[in-house]
Amino acid sequence: MTLDAKIPSGPIQEAWAKACFDMKLVNPSNKRKHSLIVVGSGLAGASAAASLGELGYNVKCFCFQDSPRRAHSIAAQGGINAAKNYPNDGESVFRLFYDTVKGGDFRAREGNVYRLAQNSGKIIDQCVAQGVPFAREYGGSLTNRSFGGAQVSRTFYARGQTGQQLLLGAYQALERQVHAGSVTMIPRTEMQDLIVVDGQARGIVARNLLTGELTVHIADAVILATGGYGNVYYLSTNAKGSNATAIWRAYKRGALFANPCFTQIHPTCIPVSGDYQSKLTLMSESLRNDGRIWVPKKKGDSRPPNEIPEDERDYYLERRYPSFGNLVPRDVASRNAKALCDEGYGVGKSGLGVYLDFSESIARLGEKTIRERYGNLFDMYQRITDENPYKVPMRIYPAIHYTMGGLWVDYQLQSTIPGLFVLGEANFSDHGANRLGASALMQGLSDGYFIIPYTVGNYLATNKFPKVEDSNPAVQEAISSVRTKLDKLLSIKGNRTVDSFHRELGKIVWDYCGMARTADGLTSAIGKIRALREEYWKNVNVPGSGDDLNASLEKAGRVADFFELAELMCIDALDRNESCGGHFREEYQTADGEAQRDDEHYSYVAAWGYAGADAAPVLNKEPLEFHYVHPSQRSYK
Amino acid sequence: MKLTLKIWRQKNRNDKGAFVPYVMNDVDPEMSVLECLDVLNETLILRGEVPVAFEHDCREGICGSCGFVINGVAHGPERGTTACQLTMRHFKDGDELTLEPWRAKAFPLIKDLVVDRRALDHIIEAGGYISVSTGQAPDGNDILVGKEIADESMDAAACIGCGACVAACPNASAALFTGAKITHLGTLPQGEPERERRALSMVAQMNAEAFGNCTSIGECTAACPKEIPLEVIANMNRDYVCASFRRRDDLPTPVPPAVHRA
Ligand SMILES: Cc1cc2nc3c(=O)[nH]c(=O)nc-3n(C[C@H](O)[C@H](O)[C@H](O)COP(=O)(O)OP(=O)(O)OC[C@H]3O[C@@H](n4cnc5c(N)ncnc54)[C@H](O)[C@@H]3O)c2cc1C
Ligand code: SF4
Ligand code: FES
Repeated sequence: MTLDAKIPSGPIQEAWAKACFDMKLVNPSNKRKHSLIVVGSGLAGASAAASLGELGYNVKCFCFQDSPRRAHSIAAQGGINAAKNYPNDGESVFRLFYDTVKGGDFRAREGNVYRLAQNSGKIIDQCVAQGVPFAREYGGSLTNRSFGGAQVSRTFYARGQTGQQLLLGAYQALERQVHAGSVTMIPRTEMQDLIVVDGQARGIVARNLLTGELTVHIADAVILATGGYGNVYYLSTNAKGSNATAIWRAYKRGALFANPCFTQIHPTCIPVSGDYQSKLTLMSESLRNDGRIWVPKKKGDSRPPNEIPEDERDYYLERRYPSFGNLVPRDVASRNAKALCDEGYGVGKSGLGVYLDFSESIARLGEKTIRERYGNLFDMYQRITDENPYKVPMRIYPAIHYTMGGLWVDYQLQSTIPGLFVLGEANFSDHGANRLGASALMQGLSDGYFIIPYTVGNYLATNKFPKVEDSNPAVQEAISSVRTKLDKLLSIKGNRTVDSFHRELGKIVWDYCGMARTADGLTSAIGKIRALREEYWKNVNVPGSGDDLNASLEKAGRVADFFELAELMCIDALDRNESCGGHFREEYQTADGEAQRDDEHYSYVAAWGYAGADAAPVLNKEPLEFHYVHPSQRSYK
Repeated sequence: MKLTLKIWRQKNRNDKGAFVPYVMNDVDPEMSVLECLDVLNETLILRGEVPVAFEHDCREGICGSCGFVINGVAHGPERGTTACQLTMRHFKDGDELTLEPWRAKAFPLIKDLVVDRRALDHIIEAGGYISVSTGQAPDGNDILVGKEIADESMDAAACIGCGACVAACPNASAALFTGAKITHLGTLPQGEPERERRALSMVAQMNAEAFGNCTSIGECTAACPKEIPLEVIANMNRDYVCASFRRRDDLPTPVPPAVHRA
């Protein structure tokens, strides 16, 4: 399949304006005749549903939690980028664009990223108007902080709860539309399959999580904003319910899945403490602004950190990357931490940790300032570890955090199935092989507030929507395939719990398709995943029945999809014989251990197509062209 | 550590429900209460019993999903801490922990420790927002907001919508939750134009749901994992009184309360 991203020709600065002008519009009085489904109520989904409702469309919005306000976006801490240049430090749309393309290690599409940077300022304006209490200067203007991978201060924040505040803004806008009657919110309901009729996405099959009832929802277009798939790894910083089911079913119905192996490992998370551990807790990247990362110079040094004298500490990021120091991008910071721990310099009981030390900032700025900036993060750290980070350096270790891969979309955010649009972390996004901090919130809101309201209109105005009856064979087939799968999972009643399988799967993916990957490792991982999946379908024990609240059944369905996705991730990682961003193939590195890209052979988006249960997925390539930012070896030295 | 968990088990709204004791022999002090329930559920599943239903998602104290009453206290004994962030090191070997769901008429029980909190969404739906459609916003710095004001607004905006305040209140009032939103938005200049209308609509909806009245007992703020201050209730009352006085003819009609919806 040839993949056409449909980026308008001409200068990149004009592309989006041109695209908007070329789009067909839906007459205001016709808008309410069009029904739209939005799956997901995170930043991307809530902003889309609210904005589409405001325009007058008839919207149904779904989430699996009890309230849209609980979407995983709520957990984002550090901030949101925007090219406002309020600090007068050299920021511009072009610089944000440039940094994002470079940060993504030249595996993102220039046109999309440029538009993202253009929209970024409007996002802040919108959120301020909604009442998001961003941090302010005494004079009343908005304040900024810096984040990894950038030398300007472009990050807006609301204490350590930026995602919460942005999501509450979008959620409130959504509830306003619920009140107005344009949006129907359907919580505690999980999309189980996509309904495709005559090549068009026309609806979904959903399961009511309280009653188990399967319902069919038909619409003129379906918008997925279901978040990322980091929970493939079992332990991640994602919320426990975050899953890939919606995008995976769409993939099996014909949407291409792009760059599945591009996953992001976040450098600053609280290290694992035991086998029972259910998730990993992120410590915002913003901490790297004032914290210095180090390990003891001596291997296996077991002295408490405060007893290790200054000259016996290795501030390795400052040493190796003098110009960015502790603010190198995430992939670089994570890889360095892992390498040092692998060599035996790690700290803490498990040896899988490095120090993040605030003593110098506290001495310079005072404890009060540090408390104002990061108080809630410090409290959270202390609550979990029982150590006081004002006195003792934090211990941190990398953890899986974000997935750059996702469903392939064109410039209109439309997947390869007409009428299926994908927003936020669920699409393969604008972040290439590595996302810069504070850019996911920006992307989710850009997609939802400022892109989909235009592009979905164009689709509606240029297509016909014959009525789809419940008796339609496509509908019946979708329902029965969902029912068969759920019945099967409930009927096995084997000897192992869903979690035990998920944990084991996660460990395989982490070991072989995590921070460092090799051809041999990936090949063996594919075998292990298949074997474990086979056992899963013979030996999993899903208790209870399908007609009431059954968390095990919900998990079982999600884990079944994670098994298949994990295999595709390994296939993709194995196929990409280069290192780029978060995808680090040990065979391909520079003399000093940095990622070695191969632009001649791999400057493309790998978009995989489903070919059937027993067939190998089919690789389609979207070549990447760089006209504005010239690919170079990324350097943060 | 060895602990006994006495957990409220109730299949559904029509079931009677009862406490069931579970002995846990191997509790790690680093575990969270939810991880403790995970471990228990793993054993229950393998024993062929039905696992305990409880709500959770972020496990970082921010989504507001989790929450139940632990030894009589909403979210347990640690101040400013949600159940998902409460580690077992706060208990000692041999302790008995009683876990039961939020009990409030406005929060009908669903199963075990899970209740229906849609009434909180209805309060927001009634007016907990600033009416600005996408695209209407002026430049972010056109609206200056002093740091102290932004901080005060943020303190109230930190509410996670967990419902612990309602569970802790002897009257099952939602005044802290509602006051928090009214304060978050009403403190900011952006929220000023709708301040009175907002207070009227939200309070009317709060009263229409099955919540009780606030009698200033203060249990809510003690249980609140985000330590939302009692002042927010005073702010709500002030806005409500002013608004009722000035807008007598303009009283909003609430949407049907959660307990009466399917
Ligand atoms: C701890 C943490 C901190 C972060 N901090 C930052 C930060 O500081 N800055 C930044 O830019 N980014 C940050 N990120 C990344 C960012 O938060 C996410 O990428 C972003 O919020 C994703 O938003 P979303 O709308 O795409 O998806 P989500 O917020 O994940 O929402 C997904 C929605 O889809 C629904 N859903 C999923 N599957 C189904 C289904 N099958 N049926 C029905 N509904 C479904 C869910 O109910 C939910 O409503 C952070 C991420 C984490 C984990
Ligand atoms: S006010 Fe506090 S206790 Fe009440 S819902 Fe908000 S966070 Fe929870
Ligand atoms: S699980 Fe999110 S607040 Fe506890």
